[in-house]
Amino acid sequence: MDRNQLRRQVAHMRSSLIEQNYLDQQQFVQLEDLEDDSNPNFVEEIVTLFYKDSSRLFQKIDQALHSIPMDFARLDDYMHQFKGSSSSIGAIKVKNECTQFKECCLAGNAEGCSRAFQRVKQEHEALKRQLETYFQLRRQAGLVQRS
Amino acid sequence: MSNFEEAHVLVIDDNLVDRRLIECLLRNSSCKVTAVDSGARALQLLGVDGLKVDLIITDYCMPDMTGYELLKKIKNSSNFKEIPVVIMSSENILRRIDRCLEEGAKDFILKPVKLSDIKKLKDYMKKPSTTCFNCFYSAAASKLPSFAPPCMVVRLMIQEH
Repeated sequence: MDRNQLRRQVAHMRSSLIEQNYLDQQQFVQLEDLEDDSNPNFVEEIVTLFYKDSSRLFQKIDQALHSIPMDFARLDDYMHQFKGSSSSIGAIKVKNECTQFKECCLAGNAEGCSRAFQRVKQEHEALKRQLETYFQLRRQAGLVQRS
Repeated sequence: MSNFEEAHVLVIDDNLVDRRLIECLLRNSSCKVTAVDSGARALQLLGVDGLKVDLIITDYCMPDMTGYELLKKIKNSSNFKEIPVVIMSSENILRRIDRCLEEGAKDFILKPVKLSDIKKLKDYMKKPSTTCFNCFYSAAASKLPSFAPPCMVVRLMIQEH
């Protein structure tokens, strides 16, 4: 497949991710616009930071969900941080599940929190898979430098 | 003093992703950036390390010291109170915004931060302008006798700034 076709595929996938609400157009396109010669891999870099952050926070949330009694304030704090990161990279579906989780915290709903956390993790995983494909496509299309 | 293109911004945010994003947005706008994860670290840089900055952007919700508490410390200090401070938050709470503005914050940015938010900030950066020149000139002139020639005023002005 030639480079132009690959680039069209990249653009198509980006539109699709936005249409399906995986990603917020304005926020994610802003990330791509910030890439330049001095900062060629910014999007992958910040998404990698996001995964590192989410991994850390998921561990803390997991632990807190298993503590008795459940510390809803602490859980809300952790999720607030993760929601912020999700929002900054434009991860809409993930962010929405974070909001659900926070509402369960507010209501002191332990069961609800556990279920909501499962959904947060699911959406996070789904986005991760999509972005892996997307970044691979971009590399193939020569849109990013190999790090 | 510096114009927007050379401005040095101090960013305080405990969120790793946000910090990196804001850093990049600012660099993209040709600002020099120092980014730290706590108010305590920021105060250390400003005070002990004598860091000179044209603008401070701080997140509101941070453990240990909130952005509001940091704002108060800056505005109550004789050394840093002139540095413009902008607060960021993911929550659009009017009471919070009012409190910060009353305490001397120049503006409030709702997260997630966008390039357009950063572009607005150049209005708050200390930069040379006719207004600044007039202020500094008047300040210097007031320290000299009224018959002092303009060149003497300018010399004092340069010495002081």
